Amino acid sequence: MGRMSAATAVSSTGAVAVRDRADVQRQVKLAVVYGLVLVTLLAFALTTSDSTVWYTLEERVNRKESPPVEANGALVLWPAVAVAAVAVALAALNRVPRSWVGVVVHGLVGVAFFAGFLVWVYADQANAGAIVMTNPLPGTIRLATPLIFGALAGVLCERAGVINIAIEGQFLMGAFFAAVASSLAYSAEMGLVGGVLAGIGMGALLGVFAMRYLVNQVVLGVVLIALATGLSSFLLSQIPNDPDVKQYLNEPLILPRIEVPVLSDIPVLGPTLFNQTLLVYLMYLCVVLVSWLLFQTRWGLRVRSVGEHPKAADTVGIKVNRIRWQAVLLGGALAGLGGAYFTVGSTGSFDNGASAGNGFIALAAVIMGRWHPVFASLAALFFGFMWTLQAQLAFLDKIPGELLRASPYLATVIAVAGFVGRVRAPAADGEPYVKS
Amino acid sequence: MSPETPEQAPAPEEQATGTDPKPEEAQVERADPRNPVSWLPTLVETAVAIAVALVIGALLVVLSDQDALEALAYLFTYPADFFNAAWDAIWSSYSALVRGSVGSGDRLATTLERAAPLICAGLGVSLAFRAGLFNIGATGQMVFGFLAAGYVGFTWDLPPVLHMLVALVAGVVAGALYGGLVGLLKARTGAHEVITTIMFNYLAASILLYALSKDAFQRPGSDNTQSPPVADSATFGSVADVHLGVVLAFLAAGGVWWLLERSTLGFELRAVGSNPDASRTAGMNVSKVFTVGMLLAGALAGLASTMQVLGDQSSLSPTLAGNIGFDAITVALLGRATPLGTVLAGLLFGALSVGGVAMQASAGTPKELAQVLQALIVLFVAAPALVRGLTRMRSSASGSTVQAKGWGG
Repeated sequence: MGRMSAATAVSSTGAVAVRDRADVQRQVKLAVVYGLVLVTLLAFALTTSDSTVWYTLEERVNRKESPPVEANGALVLWPAVAVAAVAVALAALNRVPRSWVGVVVHGLVGVAFFAGFLVWVYADQANAGAIVMTNPLPGTIRLATPLIFGALAGVLCERAGVINIAIEGQFLMGAFFAAVASSLAYSAEMGLVGGVLAGIGMGALLGVFAMRYLVNQVVLGVVLIALATGLSSFLLSQIPNDPDVKQYLNEPLILPRIEVPVLSDIPVLGPTLFNQTLLVYLMYLCVVLVSWLLFQTRWGLRVRSVGEHPKAADTVGIKVNRIRWQAVLLGGALAGLGGAYFTVGSTGSFDNGASAGNGFIALAAVIMGRWHPVFASLAALFFGFMWTLQAQLAFLDKIPGELLRASPYLATVIAVAGFVGRVRAPAADGEPYVKS
Repeated sequence: MSPETPEQAPAPEEQATGTDPKPEEAQVERADPRNPVSWLPTLVETAVAIAVALVIGALLVVLSDQDALEALAYLFTYPADFFNAAWDAIWSSYSALVRGSVGSGDRLATTLERAAPLICAGLGVSLAFRAGLFNIGATGQMVFGFLAAGYVGFTWDLPPVLHMLVALVAGVVAGALYGGLVGLLKARTGAHEVITTIMFNYLAASILLYALSKDAFQRPGSDNTQSPPVADSATFGSVADVHLGVVLAFLAAGGVWWLLERSTLGFELRAVGSNPDASRTAGMNVSKVFTVGMLLAGALAGLASTMQVLGDQSSLSPTLAGNIGFDAITVALLGRATPLGTVLAGLLFGALSVGGVAMQASAGTPKELAQVLQALIVLFVAAPALVRGLTRMRSSASGSTVQAKGWGG
């Protein structure tokens, strides 16, 4: 957030020693943003006449087993207004610290805004209690799964200094071959293997052309997407419609949901995190694995060093291109898993353009997350959350559907332009290394 | 500018080759663009790249041909059968591809009309590339062009030529504003253009859907998300069997060449694209260059959108932009971000996509093959080292004028 900007003029007591321009800008920006939140929340609170809302902690409404609970939304709306008012006061007096306390303040304002917004949207229904607030978190995790795999793939490649725009292409090939492998082997888990192999194949193409033939990596990424789009639809058109053949090629099994014993009984979190498919559990594992690999192991240090300053790394005896190859292939495998989501992980058979632009969103998540596996995953979760919310709010007619459809992308632009700002890529990202 | 400009300066002459070697190729002697001997190898390389792509395409054709596959089963007993069948498949597919794209005046006109929007949108991407900006947003910019040109075209009532001109300007301006917004955001807040252009594409798609759900954009008496076509008075007239848009596309290419190579603004664009920090130190207004660069890129994408709405008289629908915005990136990259290169690449892609449909119709080869061919050609053209290895050609100084090498900043 804003605390990353250059100025650190506020001393520990909060007294301002020297005001530089960046510091003043930050104060004005925070005050304006918090002010907007406050005004919106006030408008929500004042326009809500019947603030009773119904909610359930289940993902779907099940009126028999867990009847929706009635709640008074005013008890949420007005405290949210209060939180925003306090934040505005703090910002106006320049008392929002740059430390983790500041992050907590940003977070509180964000939560207050969302809570107030939800109450406003679900309140004042014409047919009271007809539409019930459901738990958006399981859907968030599901929709974010391929994005997180893709973002991790991007982070790994780019930390090693190889630009990976081709996440969308890796998704497509992963999705196609996951469907084929699953149909051939009659097993959804084999589909994951097929996806991984296809992803590694695409990673190898990226590696050969980027490192062996020194192709401009921005060009290469765009070309690989075009190649994967063309090749996957060409291969799909080769699968005959004859059901006897098709069942062995494009009628995959779908991964079943697995309930983790004990853990899935935790209220709210249990069904959110621990009643998902194998692919989602692999995703948790991969986020931890990639973060650990990059920041806790010797290999990760080498990856980061060849991405920042390959010449220095080479000087101390690190094989630059070997490390880059390892990172690119591992990234390809991860993106292949993400691609498998679009066939064996969700809908089954492969269709043209199955990944529907998710690879580009994953690329945006990489940049929004500043090339850090955890932050990139959080950015991916943000998209998953917005998509789920959008699907849920589509039942209410308070907001036009088209505006809802646009909201995740609008929110991203606002977030990137307002808070993330200038980002810094790994220094040698996109520079092929040739030993001289 | 003389060819002796410093290392960072982009190619002084516009050639399909470009003369700016990557730093790591600095030991290779530099090509002099005025001396044909030095850039001939690049032409040969491009030809070889296309040939290699066609060979791989031929393999795919054989794999998709029923007769050839059946003959493959007894390859070792009757090899001639397989090779005859394979040759038949390859020959019929490729001859259909060529005949369908340039075989007659009529087909050639179709190819030119298909290439025109690709060239314009590709020029927009190229221009942004030269300023160091990676413009993925041609699709969104085109959608705004559709909305403005279409609205003026089917609701206003003006005399014929004036109506067309007003609609054309409306489309170009709408695209320019949408593109310029990306540049402004980058200049003001540092928001990365790759993120904002991706998001703006989705935003534009939502806005188009919203507009098409309103009566102002719908066909009278219909609830489909489809607009009426523009009035006849707003369409491009035809010049020698092709619509005026084709001429406009070539004029735009000339304009971009002049802008990049002969104008102060173009010099600033290229300087910022090469090294924004040095340009800032030299007193250039980098923020202005980013904004103006994206504004012009958006204007060119807006021009591309008028080709479809005013030229082909297509009605607005959610899928009208199709793949043009994305193909424009490939076209720009194949053309090495130079105007002449972009025009040639746009013509090639137009021919492949028109010919691909003909190939499917007459030879039964899936039209997706044309898409694979396009990608393979760009891939091999972008990898001169590979092509040189294949042909054992002597290494030549083919560089790249594409500036957006990293993420910039």
